[in-house]
Amino acid sequence: MTDQSSTQPILAADGVPLKKSLSRALRRQKMRALLLISPLLIFVMLTFILPIGNMLFRSVQNDIVSNIMPNTVIALQDWMPDGDTLPDETVFEAAFYDLFVAAKAKEHTKLGTRLNYEQTGISSTFRKSGRGISKPGKALAKDMAGIDKSWSKAATFDALFNARSGGTRSGGADTTLLRAQRDRLNQLKGKDYKGDIGFAPSLEMAMALPMASREYTYWALFMALEKDKDFKKGKVSEAIYVALADDLTNPALADRIAGLTGPDAELIQKTAAAFRDRPRISYTDLMLGVNENWGNPMVWETIKLHSPAYTGGYFLNAVDMRKTLEGPAIQPENKQILIILFQRTLKMSLIITVSCILLGYPVAWLLANLPVRVSNLLMILVLLPFWTSLLVRTSAWKVMLQQQGVINEVLVWLGIVADNNRLEIINNQFGTIVAMTHILLPFMILPMYSVMQTIPPSYMRAAKSLGATNWTAFWRVYFPQSVPGIGAGSILVFILAIGYYITPEIVGGTEGVFISNRIAYHISSSLNWGLAAALGAILLAVVLVLYWAYDKIVGIDNVKLG
Amino acid sequence: MATANENAFVKFDRVQKSYDGETLVVKDLNLELPKGEFLTMLGPSGSGKTTCLMMLAGFETPTHGEILLDGISINNIPPHKRGIGMVFQNYALFPHMTVAENLAFPLEVRNISKSDREAKIMRALDMVEMGSFASRRPAQLSGGQQQRIALARALVFEPELVLMDEPLGALDKQLREKMQFEITNLAHALGITVVYVTHDQTEALTMSDRVAVFNDGRIQQLASPDQLYEEPENSFVAQFIGENNTLHGEIREINKKKAVVQLDSGQLIDCKPVNVNKVGDRTCVSIRPERVEYNQKRMQKGAHTLKAEVLEFIYMGDLFRTRLRVAGNDEFIIKTRNAPDQTRLQPGQEIEIGWLPEDCRALDA
Repeated sequence: MTDQSSTQPILAADGVPLKKSLSRALRRQKMRALLLISPLLIFVMLTFILPIGNMLFRSVQNDIVSNIMPNTVIALQDWMPDGDTLPDETVFEAAFYDLFVAAKAKEHTKLGTRLNYEQTGISSTFRKSGRGISKPGKALAKDMAGIDKSWSKAATFDALFNARSGGTRSGGADTTLLRAQRDRLNQLKGKDYKGDIGFAPSLEMAMALPMASREYTYWALFMALEKDKDFKKGKVSEAIYVALADDLTNPALADRIAGLTGPDAELIQKTAAAFRDRPRISYTDLMLGVNENWGNPMVWETIKLHSPAYTGGYFLNAVDMRKTLEGPAIQPENKQILIILFQRTLKMSLIITVSCILLGYPVAWLLANLPVRVSNLLMILVLLPFWTSLLVRTSAWKVMLQQQGVINEVLVWLGIVADNNRLEIINNQFGTIVAMTHILLPFMILPMYSVMQTIPPSYMRAAKSLGATNWTAFWRVYFPQSVPGIGAGSILVFILAIGYYITPEIVGGTEGVFISNRIAYHISSSLNWGLAAALGAILLAVVLVLYWAYDKIVGIDNVKLG
Repeated sequence: MATANENAFVKFDRVQKSYDGETLVVKDLNLELPKGEFLTMLGPSGSGKTTCLMMLAGFETPTHGEILLDGISINNIPPHKRGIGMVFQNYALFPHMTVAENLAFPLEVRNISKSDREAKIMRALDMVEMGSFASRRPAQLSGGQQQRIALARALVFEPELVLMDEPLGALDKQLREKMQFEITNLAHALGITVVYVTHDQTEALTMSDRVAVFNDGRIQQLASPDQLYEEPENSFVAQFIGENNTLHGEIREINKKKAVVQLDSGQLIDCKPVNVNKVGDRTCVSIRPERVEYNQKRMQKGAHTLKAEVLEFIYMGDLFRTRLRVAGNDEFIIKTRNAPDQTRLQPGQEIEIGWLPEDCRALDA
């Protein structure tokens, strides 16, 4: 019997296994606990964890290139850059239409800004190209209107390409094309347009004039869905004329165009006849005409290099490296700053932490050992800075430390410092260290105090009665027991320090700024959020690694906050 | 007590102590104890006994007077140079050190060589039967074990004087009794002088050579345990040590051997005068519960009898504890041994009780 009970699970009185019974009994408690924390949990999730996760995600997110120039990115896949050959015609063709469409949707400058992080000057290429991209189309539109006036009306194009208008076209509608162009629009604008706009490209036309059909379909969708305008009125986009000219000069399509029947065949065939002597449209020439920078292989290299939807490029940039065709490489020397900033941040945080320990320990000891009435007063003095705005305290340091400030004035008045040789104690590392030590000191004192409070005075007495001098008793008995407080304070101060922003910004000058100031710069000035996110992620990783190391060396159980 | 004893190992000479400059916590303390004595300072909390101990250890300085150790004034010697072992109420074992490290601490600060140190530590641990616990940390030990280690640590550097501040306060009753016995044996075996502070009178009576009863900053009586119990010198000691019956009255007649006291209820009884001196003084008459007899067959000759009414009878196993109303006092307790021929009293019963006049002490009111 006893053997059986040792091998089988213990049962509760009703025969249910005890473990199951216990977990059922505890479930209610757990549910209630969950319910109690849920308001905060939801609040933190929605306002903190999700936005931060989203922000950190930006450090690898790079779909802007493939969203704005999707066809170019695909066409570039086959291009092997070697430094001086340009991509072939298909790339230029894709780029022309991508850029045209992006310029109409006012998306091209975003891409320019993104790529400008990687290659300075590229954003102006995009900006200028956006302005000039309509020119070739305009010239062709004029030529065609000269052949037949009806080419200048949007209604003509609707009659040509819309399978729905009149219903006289044979072959029905090309729904694949319609869907593809709607996806192109959605991808570009990041929208999710659906629904019927009263247009479907005619399959017959899509066969005879594929480029023009494609561009007109996109145009119709763009006008109807994005601009909310009637695409049958007014004029059509210039790209459609370029596409039409391309189709008409394309020898492969000549037979199909000739074989067109129906009401509008005559118009097309007439125009085709007029264009027969023209050379085939060259997109390379068109693009170079728009902006000569497109003739620089570097531009294409940059686009190809940064076309993947996810990139490690921001992280490479964050550690002073960059993506090249040959793999990661060190940034040129004049662009190396972030590693220095990381090192400086860690070094200065360490100095600040040590200063806080040295200044805070005696105060915490006094707080813990003085009579309650006196220690309460002292505690108020320690807490006083908490009740003052951080900005006010930092500004006060500015007043204190500047060249014409309180400290320098007093030193000059005392004759310690010459008037023409005042101390430079602000806008450098010294200023940052002084101000931040002062601001973070309470975070060191409070955990140390709460640990010291729990050390009974009898330990010191015991040590002395055993023959230890005051110093030995302190060093061998009191100090080791106060280490958890030092540990807790140090973690707190160090982690706060490496993320500090406002104080270094105000009193740090250029020498005393931290990595967080650089993050702020990329968030608000250069708008390179990807790099800012990568820097933030690295900072977070550094903190977590330090925390882990601390746990391994000291043990997080030894940290007490009270 | 005023006569100077040249052999005194520890001597308090007119010591006073005040913390706030307004009240004296210790008032004019004079105390001498010879080498090898186990002296207990007993008293209610706030009576000044711990302050005395702390002054002896050096953690408090006397406001007035001198403390001498082996004939030398130690008033200005810091605690770590006094060489006095001390056991604290909460043991004060250093939590970040192992048992062996705790014991090594007093030896290290005395620069004793490593091999000597280890020998001494092992000897001290064996002394308290904790030889196998050297590598444990204090938190891994039970209260009783911690107590033994604290004792071993106070003894390991072989001090001649060891102070103990309510060392057994945190232990349960059984363990406390065992440790009382062990501490006394150890102290006598080592020949050390011990000053022991407690508020537990049983502990004081069972362990000490002499007991100093403290109250209100003064030593009320300094005597051996039996003297203290049998012959309390004042009503505080009588009340504080053991159980005691008190009857209030006034002195009617007095000479060296006998005093006649008229109780507040009118009866006249004979008493032994202790610290009363003239007719008309108020007095507290003290009688120990076990010296009162109600069994007429056992009543001794010359016993003084009074009428009493039984209020409550409590069976305590080895004893019967009976509460009576005697001369208007409802809290009069008698204790009788549970013997085969003993009668058990019933509440409401009217009986006659008696005691010998020698057992009845007339003390200050």
